[in-house]
Amino acid sequence: MNFILQLAWRDSRASRRRLVLVSLSVVLGIAALVGIGSLADNLRRTVAQQTKALLGADLTLSARAPFPAEAEAYFRTLGGERANEVALGTMVSFPTRGNQRRLVQVRALEGNFPFYGELVTTPAGARAQLASGRGALLEETLLVQYGVQVGDEVTIGRGSFVVVGALQKIPGESAALALFSPRIYVPRAALEATGLLQGKTFLTYRAHFKLPAARDPELLVRELKAKFRAQRWQYATLEERKRDLGHALQDAGAFLSLVGFVALFLGAVGVASAMHVYIRQKLTTVAVLRCLGASARTSFAVYLVQGAGVGAVGAVLGSVLGVGIQLLLPAVLRDFLPFAVEFSVSWPAVGQGALAGLVLCLLFTLLPLLAVRRVSPLLAIRSAQGEAAPADPWRLVLLGVMAAAVLGFAVGQTGRWTTGLGFTLMMAAGFGTLAGVAQLVAWAARRFGPRPSLPYVWRQGLANLHRPNNRTVLLLLSLGLGTFLLLTLVLTRQTLVHKLVGIGGGARPNLMFFDIQEDQSARLTALVQAQGAPVLALAPIVTMRLTALRGRSAEDLLKDDRSGIPAWTLRREYRSTYRRELTDTERVTAGQFIGHVAPGERRVPVSVENSLAKDLQLQLNDSLVFDVQGVPVEAYVASLRDVEWQRLQPNFFLVFPAGVLEPAPQTLVAAVHAATPAESARIQRAVAQEFPGISSLDLSLLLTTVTGLLAKVSFVVTFMAAFTVVTGVIVLAGAVLTGRYQRIRETVLLRTLGATRRQLRQIQLVEYAVLGGLAAVTGGGLAVAANALLAHFVFQTPFRLSPLVLGTAVAASVVVTVTTGLVANRGIVDHPPLEVLRQET
Amino acid sequence: MNDDSPMLQVAQLTKTYRLAAGPLTVLRAVSFDIAAGATVAIVGPSGSGKTTLLGLCAGLDRPTAGTVSVAGTAIGGLDEDARARVRNAHIGFVFQNFQLIPTLTALENVLVPVELAGDFGREPEARALLARVGLGERSAHYPGQLSGGEQQRVALARAFMNRPKILFCDEPTGNLDDDTAAAMVELIFGLNRERGTTLVLVTHNLELAARCQRLIRLKGGAVLSDERAGPAA
Repeated sequence: MNFILQLAWRDSRASRRRLVLVSLSVVLGIAALVGIGSLADNLRRTVAQQTKALLGADLTLSARAPFPAEAEAYFRTLGGERANEVALGTMVSFPTRGNQRRLVQVRALEGNFPFYGELVTTPAGARAQLASGRGALLEETLLVQYGVQVGDEVTIGRGSFVVVGALQKIPGESAALALFSPRIYVPRAALEATGLLQGKTFLTYRAHFKLPAARDPELLVRELKAKFRAQRWQYATLEERKRDLGHALQDAGAFLSLVGFVALFLGAVGVASAMHVYIRQKLTTVAVLRCLGASARTSFAVYLVQGAGVGAVGAVLGSVLGVGIQLLLPAVLRDFLPFAVEFSVSWPAVGQGALAGLVLCLLFTLLPLLAVRRVSPLLAIRSAQGEAAPADPWRLVLLGVMAAAVLGFAVGQTGRWTTGLGFTLMMAAGFGTLAGVAQLVAWAARRFGPRPSLPYVWRQGLANLHRPNNRTVLLLLSLGLGTFLLLTLVLTRQTLVHKLVGIGGGARPNLMFFDIQEDQSARLTALVQAQGAPVLALAPIVTMRLTALRGRSAEDLLKDDRSGIPAWTLRREYRSTYRRELTDTERVTAGQFIGHVAPGERRVPVSVENSLAKDLQLQLNDSLVFDVQGVPVEAYVASLRDVEWQRLQPNFFLVFPAGVLEPAPQTLVAAVHAATPAESARIQRAVAQEFPGISSLDLSLLLTTVTGLLAKVSFVVTFMAAFTVVTGVIVLAGAVLTGRYQRIRETVLLRTLGATRRQLRQIQLVEYAVLGGLAAVTGGGLAVAANALLAHFVFQTPFRLSPLVLGTAVAASVVVTVTTGLVANRGIVDHPPLEVLRQET
Repeated sequence: MNDDSPMLQVAQLTKTYRLAAGPLTVLRAVSFDIAAGATVAIVGPSGSGKTTLLGLCAGLDRPTAGTVSVAGTAIGGLDEDARARVRNAHIGFVFQNFQLIPTLTALENVLVPVELAGDFGREPEARALLARVGLGERSAHYPGQLSGGEQQRVALARAFMNRPKILFCDEPTGNLDDDTAAAMVELIFGLNRERGTTLVLVTHNLELAARCQRLIRLKGGAVLSDERAGPAA
């Protein structure tokens, strides 16, 4: 052992800088894992510490109707403290900004919610002004977006409020939610003046409880569920919130770790490649050692120690950098975190990240090291062995262990076998495809080689792609993977934005009005048409709950763990419509759509959307019972439909025929096409003036919201993908430097034979430019393929190729490759030939 | 092994390589014995099988047929690691292209055979050997800092470090100029005499071969002649 360590150390003398450089390949991957692992630990700790502040209360009940007197009486017996909240989606308008309007979520508060944690506001303490009066706390993004300041007036419904502060943080809620529906807090007492409580606006009533210490919230929930079985309240307890949050954090952490792992894997491939070259250069030394009596195991161990050293240096450097990255991550993830996180170094995470890096590095080092075991001592006295060595079975074993290691890591991170297996297969497919394409390129370069008519420097540069010891596969893999990841992100974003723009294309609806009362519909239609825009659809909405299906009550099914029916499908309030015909966003896939029944029909034929039918395990003719605001309605499944949900149009899970629901309380929703943004704004202003209670949703707002969210998500993913991209550049630099000595010899020979420095530089330029271009084309081709598949199968939209994006990617890849290649090879053409030729003798 | 038994015994040694183009026999039923302390030169034209024979005799490769015994141990049937132990215990090597480990100093190169065997207290002896070959002042130098002749002298010191019973030299002067080669030859034979080592030398150089007691000529993979050559030891 002593000899092994001693020789490993001595033998590394001339190569230590090179080996450290090799270890840099895995540094970023390890850093990513350490940073993310440490962040995840900190988040877990914060969740455990912040406990009650995650919900702001011990228990929160949500209902679609005011709590009945019986419940109110029972709540009073609970002791502790209670706060009430009424929440509704409506429009806010800003008189100081030309009455611009925005769909928001208004929360009217009464009481001291939150009991734990605080609503963080600017100026601090603005929450106190919600106790009474007409103050409003607006989400900070709203203030910024509309240029509103504290003291300005805003209008909600018919009520006017004064902005008392900007809302920065709400206990247990992340800032990203604000993108969809910015929140506004107002005093409960002031809500009456808005007039929004009268109509048929959808309201959510919440009761927040601060319970006496002796009361267990979980037990109380069970008690309430038993006592008020008929009420379909939603319950939120701290434990439940912690569980949900824990799962969400684990999923997000696992996703980010897997992205980081791709960087580590690529780095390990770089290590394997560099070690392959290194070991090739050591084969004669190994043969001499064998001649002098070293066993195969001893010589193998010497280089294994060096490989482990590479991994250890990478692990240490990666851990240090990872701890540094951990300080950056909160800024990157700020908008997605529901609370402020205090950061400290998580040593278990450091250990795990370093260990993952070390193990992967060792496994990848073993691959080229296997050759050491089979070096014949004869190599010391003759340059080539006579017989070709048979395939090494250990190579297969090692590849199996590597696949198992990837699988183990992925399963360990995600906690799910299927996801882990999927990730492993995707890694194998991704790396396999890139490596396969690279092999093909090298083969094609050899097979169809450069034409003799090409200038010499071109022929030489192109021949470098396939000659012995070429780095084509490694470079295409590292650069191609980076290009693939970044382009996939960019193209996916483009596809989604194109799809959203396309939703309102042509004469399709791009403006929706909802919460329209029955007596307002005719006037609204006339008003909108007077503005020059057609009302393309006007659909009534009737709310209802599902009380039974196929003869079993919803309660019964909810209690049955083996029913396999998701609880939300049984608990939710369905907003259904009735009409005589299908719209152009629907297609019947089974049964027959029945558009009209005679009044008094005993069983009503209903059309059910396919995904809901699947969740509820419904088939044609299955029976259903609905509670339509107190009136039971018996129905059966007459048809199943596919629905194009992505169109901005009133779409429904359940469509009833005309002739049944007309007497039920209802609101309407209208879909309008505005030719220009100006027309859209004009129509919205006119409607707001005439009907303050009607809300609108503009496609452009949706577009802004989604692009904003995409920007935030893609920033995080790009940040993580950058680890892989930079690792690719490090691997590239490492590969170029590893081959530097060989390059020096060739360059010197060419110079001796009369090549000018200009020619030598041109040869390098051609080689790296071609490699960069090929890598971009390979990575770009795969990204285009991946996006075409995503567009077709996931986003269900035609794939559009942007030549500008692809062109930029190719140009960037070429520039990066040429720059890295030339920098890493700098000075090679300046080596005096004699110096090298002397070394040869 | 008793004093009369040969140091190296080769019997019916045959080596055939299985190449993609078909089998290629490079040694055919070669047999000879070499007594302890003898000096033997193996000569022959390129492709006659000299290096293959040396490799087989030193246990660097396994024969297709026939046997090789070194210091009484039949090495043909041993696996590679067992043969490595025999080499470490009984055999010294000098190669045409020196084959020093470039990352080790001259002293460290000389120490490799003994340190491999776990013997870490032999530095004074290694220094003495380096002094004996005239490189006492160069022990901390790396191979790249030494001339060809100096590198070959380090290799010679290394070859004697494990006190081998038999020394195999493969064209030891092949890469050296005449003067350096002559000095090298003196060192090889001088150390051989001092330490009573058996010497097997593969060379093209008939002048060098003539310094040995016995001359084995190879041609086409077979022994063409086996005769007494230069002065008796």
